[in-house]
Amino acid sequence: MGKDVLIIGGGIAGMEASAYLSAMGYQVTLVEKANELGGHLLRWERLFPTQRHGKEVLSFLHCGIDGKIRVIKNAEPVAAVTRDDLHIVTLSTGEVITANAVLITTGYKTFDASRKEEYGYGIYNNVVTSADLEEMFSSGKEMLTSSGIVPRRVGFIHCVGSRDEKVGNIYCSKVCCVTAVKQAIELKERLPYAEAFCFYMDLRMYGMHFEELYKEAQEKHGVQFIRGRLSEAAENQDHSLLIKVEDTLTGRPLKMKMDLLVLMVGFEPSDGTQKMAELFHLETGSTRFLKMADEHTSTNVSSVQGVFLAGTCSAPRTITSTITDARAAAAKITSYLSQYSIEQREN
Amino acid sequence: MSAKNFGFSIHKDRQIDYDKNYREFYYRVKAVEPSISLCISCGNCTATCSAGNFTSMNLRNVILLAARGEVNNLGDNVSACLLCGKCQLGCPRGVNTRNVVIAIRKELKIRRKP
Amino acid sequence: MKEEGKKKLWQEYQKEIADDRYFYVRSCVRQSFFPGAEQAFLKIMREELGKDVFEHACHTTCTGIAYHADVVPFDTTMTVVARQFSLMTESGYQNLVPSCITSFGVYTEILETWKHFPEVEAKVREFLFKATGRTFEIPKNLAHASDVIYKFRDSIASRAKYKLVNQQTGEPLRVVEHIGCHYAKMFPHKGIGGAEFPHVLIGMVESWGGEVIDYPERRHCCGFGFRQYLVQANRGYSVACSKKKFESMEPYMPDLIVTNCPGCPMFLDRWQYVIAEMENHTYGADKQGIPVLTFEEMAAMVLGYDPWEIGLQVHQIPVEPLMIKMGIPFDPGKKYLGKNSKDMGRPEIPDYLNYSGMKI
Repeated sequence: MGKDVLIIGGGIAGMEASAYLSAMGYQVTLVEKANELGGHLLRWERLFPTQRHGKEVLSFLHCGIDGKIRVIKNAEPVAAVTRDDLHIVTLSTGEVITANAVLITTGYKTFDASRKEEYGYGIYNNVVTSADLEEMFSSGKEMLTSSGIVPRRVGFIHCVGSRDEKVGNIYCSKVCCVTAVKQAIELKERLPYAEAFCFYMDLRMYGMHFEELYKEAQEKHGVQFIRGRLSEAAENQDHSLLIKVEDTLTGRPLKMKMDLLVLMVGFEPSDGTQKMAELFHLETGSTRFLKMADEHTSTNVSSVQGVFLAGTCSAPRTITSTITDARAAAAKITSYLSQYSIEQREN
Repeated sequence: MSAKNFGFSIHKDRQIDYDKNYREFYYRVKAVEPSISLCISCGNCTATCSAGNFTSMNLRNVILLAARGEVNNLGDNVSACLLCGKCQLGCPRGVNTRNVVIAIRKELKIRRKP
Repeated sequence: MKEEGKKKLWQEYQKEIADDRYFYVRSCVRQSFFPGAEQAFLKIMREELGKDVFEHACHTTCTGIAYHADVVPFDTTMTVVARQFSLMTESGYQNLVPSCITSFGVYTEILETWKHFPEVEAKVREFLFKATGRTFEIPKNLAHASDVIYKFRDSIASRAKYKLVNQQTGEPLRVVEHIGCHYAKMFPHKGIGGAEFPHVLIGMVESWGGEVIDYPERRHCCGFGFRQYLVQANRGYSVACSKKKFESMEPYMPDLIVTNCPGCPMFLDRWQYVIAEMENHTYGADKQGIPVLTFEEMAAMVLGYDPWEIGLQVHQIPVEPLMIKMGIPFDPGKKYLGKNSKDMGRPEIPDYLNYSGMKI
């Protein structure tokens, strides 16, 4: 075959697609801007719904990065032109790569929680994000508040930066509800005497075993769920927080003290994804994620010929869905490079 | 000290003040009937409740208020229950609703004793 | 609390405030609530800072109270406001400075409305012309009087005779700042520091030596709310709002409350008296209340103006303990002397609230 595929972004989708495309005999170049492959998975200690270690999935992905794949770390595309179906991409290192197909796997970034000013992230001492909490878990250090006490009550705030037109994000980020349940369980395992509360608008336990995890959180760990969106947080004298929500099922406003507040930050297209949209002239949808050619039938196809999409650059996804999507993209690219025109088939 | 009359009284706060409420109540009931923690507030129990159609009995709300430590008005609610068990037939989470009511009744009596 | 986090946020909410030549529009109610406040503002602007501040004798209400109490429709409000703009244009000014927060909110709301719906502006121009034959220009700059004092806070600090410091202990005074709801909650970018962490009063307090208290119910309304206090039977709701704030700030032991709205100082001051008399509870030491100041009064105190010239005698919560803390001399015998030393009479002594040090 002797065809070249450039994959931009060495996270879950980029790694898995590299493995599949290399196995199919293409010459794959994987470009990653950091000095390590793995993307967000590097920072995620344990995974829902099984609580397995993120490292296990990462080492699975690494198994696919064989000697035939050329991995370029600490580099990112800075220019791209198309000539006779060939994509000529200049990297920040100065190197120029020519590819028959390009796969964008630049993924997402977590929502900047300080934009929800009323929650006080970056201002109040004991407000953290779900990503911060994951790092606290990974560090293996004792869980303490800024005042050095063991938290007695922890609140998990769902939908921070998701389903919120005020911050321009109308979509559901899909993973935060179940991540909150997972993290609340982990917290209770570490601090059995702490109270854990989840504040949600709707609990979206759509995945296989998600509902079981939710039930386990209630039954085994005593995690409590209050239907109401956090309207504001304030800091008490002792640096704990006073939160205001409506307990919508009792129909009354509620206030509660929290020693630690965890903001379940949603997905936004990463800076890399936004940059690739500019560089390759890719269309973005109303949500600013890269636009799929067809929401049902061509989810890996971008608006530009020979440029494909996989993973969370096109929509919020779970790890499971990202891996599946990466393999689907590999199949899609294979059909494109073999000039097997699946799109042109008769209805 | 006398209290002056200005022609109005100061409104009571409607807000649930969780930290000032009787939070232990819920944990005591839960110790007797752990399945109370499985409630997802779907309201299946309340819709089918014979008592609830004619009285203020609302098991979904009773469980919720107990969880918030708002126990002052629970008595009237649970006293209307006939213990027929229809709520338990439909509960999708398998909450032992009859025993929840019995445990709440007992706990309220204990609380009333001096 | 991380100060750098707040500073980062404040940088995102800075606004342009004109440097000179202001058209000043007074509040309907402040001259009876806190009669020296606006006078103090004019004196500071003209005599201390040497600025040109113009007032027009024909200026009227902006209709804010009636608008928010559903008595006057928006079309009428817009036309009345258009007339104020006409007075400003006629006088050769472009920088509008309202004294009242609700007026500021009304002006902001109208200017924003016209920006998005030019046809509404055209309609109002027609209404005004038909009714009065007047035309007008849109203000070049709109800033609340507290924005203007904020802008010149360091100049005021350099002229200050007293600081917001407890002279006995050398410690900064602990200040609660309360922002009127209509300042930035409707249009966060029109307020200095935004709606969640407004900086306008904090800037003054810190520049003049005080320390700001950020307490949990800081963002809650004072309870003025227009419609609820107008009817006596509803006032329990209004008091309850203030009470919620007092209970939240009480553990921080504030030395004073400073506000930038007409209604807030009125209610935070008067309701402390009402709560003391109804429920026998006060929020300051020794059955005293927490003194409540307008930002102009606070500026005037710092500049060493005679406390009885700036109207501090009409406060329900006596300000004398605060003046003693700051080391400001005052003559108790002159407290109730009005213009030309005419005796203004004495207030009734409360049953519970401590007035003992006031020598009435």
